[in-house]
Amino acid sequence: MDVLVGILNYLLFFSITAGVYAVLALGLNVQWGYTGLFNIGVAGFYAVGAYTSALVSGPPPGALDWRVFGGWGLPFPMGFAAAGVVAALVALLIGWITIRLKEDYLAIATIGIAEVLRLIIKNEAWLTNGVWGLKNIPSPWFQPVQSGVTAFLAARPQLPGWLVSLLKGAYSWVYLGLLAAVILALYFLVERALRSPWGRVLRAIREDEVAAAAQGKNVAAFKLQAFVLGSAIMGLAGSLYAHYARYLSVEKFEPLYGTFIVWVMLVAGGAGNNKGAILGAFLIWGLWAGTDFLTGYLPLSDVRASALRVVLIGVLLVGILLVRPRGILGEEKFVSRLFKG
Amino acid sequence: MWERIPQLIVYGLVSGSVITLGAVGLSLTYSILRFSNFAHGDLMTSGAYLGLGFLVLFSPLLPGRFGPLSFGPALIPAVLCAMAANAALAIGIDRLVYRHLRRAKAVLLLMASVGVAFVLRNLILFSAEADPLYFSHHIQRALRIGGVRVKADQLFILGVAVLAVLFLHVLLRYTKTGKAMRAMADNPELAQVSGINTERVVAWTWAVGAALAALGGILSGIENKLVTPELGWQTLLPLFAAVILGGIGSPYGAMLGGMTIGLAEEVSTAFISTAYKPAVAFGILVLMLLVRPQGLLGRR
Repeated sequence: MDVLVGILNYLLFFSITAGVYAVLALGLNVQWGYTGLFNIGVAGFYAVGAYTSALVSGPPPGALDWRVFGGWGLPFPMGFAAAGVVAALVALLIGWITIRLKEDYLAIATIGIAEVLRLIIKNEAWLTNGVWGLKNIPSPWFQPVQSGVTAFLAARPQLPGWLVSLLKGAYSWVYLGLLAAVILALYFLVERALRSPWGRVLRAIREDEVAAAAQGKNVAAFKLQAFVLGSAIMGLAGSLYAHYARYLSVEKFEPLYGTFIVWVMLVAGGAGNNKGAILGAFLIWGLWAGTDFLTGYLPLSDVRASALRVVLIGVLLVGILLVRPRGILGEEKFVSRLFKG
Repeated sequence: MWERIPQLIVYGLVSGSVITLGAVGLSLTYSILRFSNFAHGDLMTSGAYLGLGFLVLFSPLLPGRFGPLSFGPALIPAVLCAMAANAALAIGIDRLVYRHLRRAKAVLLLMASVGVAFVLRNLILFSAEADPLYFSHHIQRALRIGGVRVKADQLFILGVAVLAVLFLHVLLRYTKTGKAMRAMADNPELAQVSGINTERVVAWTWAVGAALAALGGILSGIENKLVTPELGWQTLLPLFAAVILGGIGSPYGAMLGGMTIGLAEEVSTAFISTAYKPAVAFGILVLMLLVRPQGLLGRR
C-alpha cells in the first residue's frame, strides 16, 4: 500500500509540473500555432510571471534577504492576475519593436529579452533576491486545507497508515484541482478565440501575410495582440509554478526548461491544436521524466546523463520536424457551420 | 573610470575579432540559405573543442612556442584540421537536417536550427563535460604601449580576424565559387537556371561559415585560455547583434558590427556591471532594429 501511495504522490507531482507546462504550451500555441510567431524567449515571460506573482502575493523581505522591494502579501488571485498583466506589458514592448519586421528579428529579440531578464533576476538582488532565490511563497488556501486535514486525522486515530500519508498530501490534490480549473478555463478561452473571426484572421496571417493585408486586415495589430495574449498566458504559468514550488531561483528559467522543452511539447502534440498542446506537455514531460529514470541505470555522471537526455529530446524535435511536422494531433480542419449543412 | 577606457578598447577589439569571425559566417549562411542559424554559436564551440583536440594531438610532434606568443607551431596544423573538421560537421548536419527542409518555410529551418543547437551543445557537454578545458597555462607578459597593456596573443587575434575578413572578401569577389554564392544570395532560382550547382554552393557556404566559426572559437580559447560548452550560447546574442548592426550579407558589415559590439560590451564595463555585457549587445540590437533594421552597410 505504501508503494502505491508513493506512486500516487509521484504522479500527482508529475501532473502538476506537466500542467504548468500545458499552460505554457497553450500560450505558445496562440503565438506559434495560430499566428506563426516564433518566440524562443518563453522562459522570459514565464519568469516575469513567476517573480511578479511572488512579489505581489509573497511575504515581505526577511532579515536574511537581500531584496528590499515587494512582498505585499496580497491574495493569490491578485498575484496571478498581476503575473499575466506584467508579462503582457513586456510582450507589448518587445512586440511593438519587432512585430513589423521579419520573423527572424522577433526570434532574436525574444531570445535576447529572455537572456536580459535572466541577468536581471541573477544580478538585481534588491528586487529578486538574486542567486539566493525567493523563498516562502505562499500556496493558496494551504493553511485551511492543512489544518482541516490535521483536525480530521486527530479525530480519527484508528485510520490505517497509508490513508494517513495520503491525506497528509491532500493539499497537492487541491492545487491540482486549481491548476486543472485554470487549464480548462484557458483552453475554452483560446479555443473560443481560435474559432472567432479574430482567430480566423490570425490563421490567415500565418498562412499568407500579404493576402491577409490585402483583405484590409491590420496584420501588425493582430500579430501584436496574439503575441501579447500568448505571453500573458505564459506569465500565468509562471504564477502557477511559483505558488506550488514556493521557491524561485534563476536556474528554473534557463532556456532548456523554460523554452526548449515547451517548444518540443507543442511541436510534438501538434501546433495549432490546443488539445495537442496539452497532450504534448504531458507526453514530453513523461518522456523527460522517463529518461531521467533510464539514464539513472547508465554508468554516467550527472552532467553526462542530463546532456544525453537533452540530445535525445533535441533529436526528437528535429525528427518530428522532418518526418511529421504536424505533430501527433495536427491542426483541426475548420469548416464553417454554413457549409456543413 | 575614464582612465580605464584605452585598456578596455584593447579588450574590445580582441573580443570584437572573435565576434567578427562568428558574425561573417552567420551573415553568409543567412544570405545564402535564408534563415537565421541559431546553432552558429555552437559551431564556434565545436570548432574550439576540435581545435583543442588537434592541439593535444600535434603538440608532442611540434613542441615549442613562437617568441612572445602563448602557443607554438602545433597550433597551425591544429587550426587547419579543426577548420576542416568543423566544415565537415556543418555539411554533415546540413545533409541530415536542413537539406530536407530546403523547400519548407524559413521559420521551420529556424526551429530546426534551435534543435540542432541544443543537440550540438549537449553532445559537446556529453563528451567533454562541463568543466572548462585549457588551451594553455602559459602566463604571458604583456607589452606596454603608452600606458596600455597588450599581449602578443591579442595582436595575433586581431591580425587573424582582419586576414579572415580579407580572405572572405577575395573569395566572394574574385573566385567562381564566390560569384556563385553572391548570385545565389541575390536570387536562388535565377542562379539555378543559369547552371549554378546550388547544392554545391550550399556545401561551400556551410564549409566557409563553419571554418571561420572554428577559427573564432579557437581564438576565443586562446584569449581566455579556456573553453566551456557554453561558449557558443554566450556568443549568440553578440553574433546576431553584430550581423544586424553591420547589415546582413556583407563581410565588412559583419566586421564593423562585430568590432562595434565587442568595443561596446567591453567599454560598457567601465560604467555598468560586467554581468550586463550581453544586455549591452541586446540594447544595441534593439536600437538598430528601431532605427535602421537593414543595418549600417545593408542594402535596401
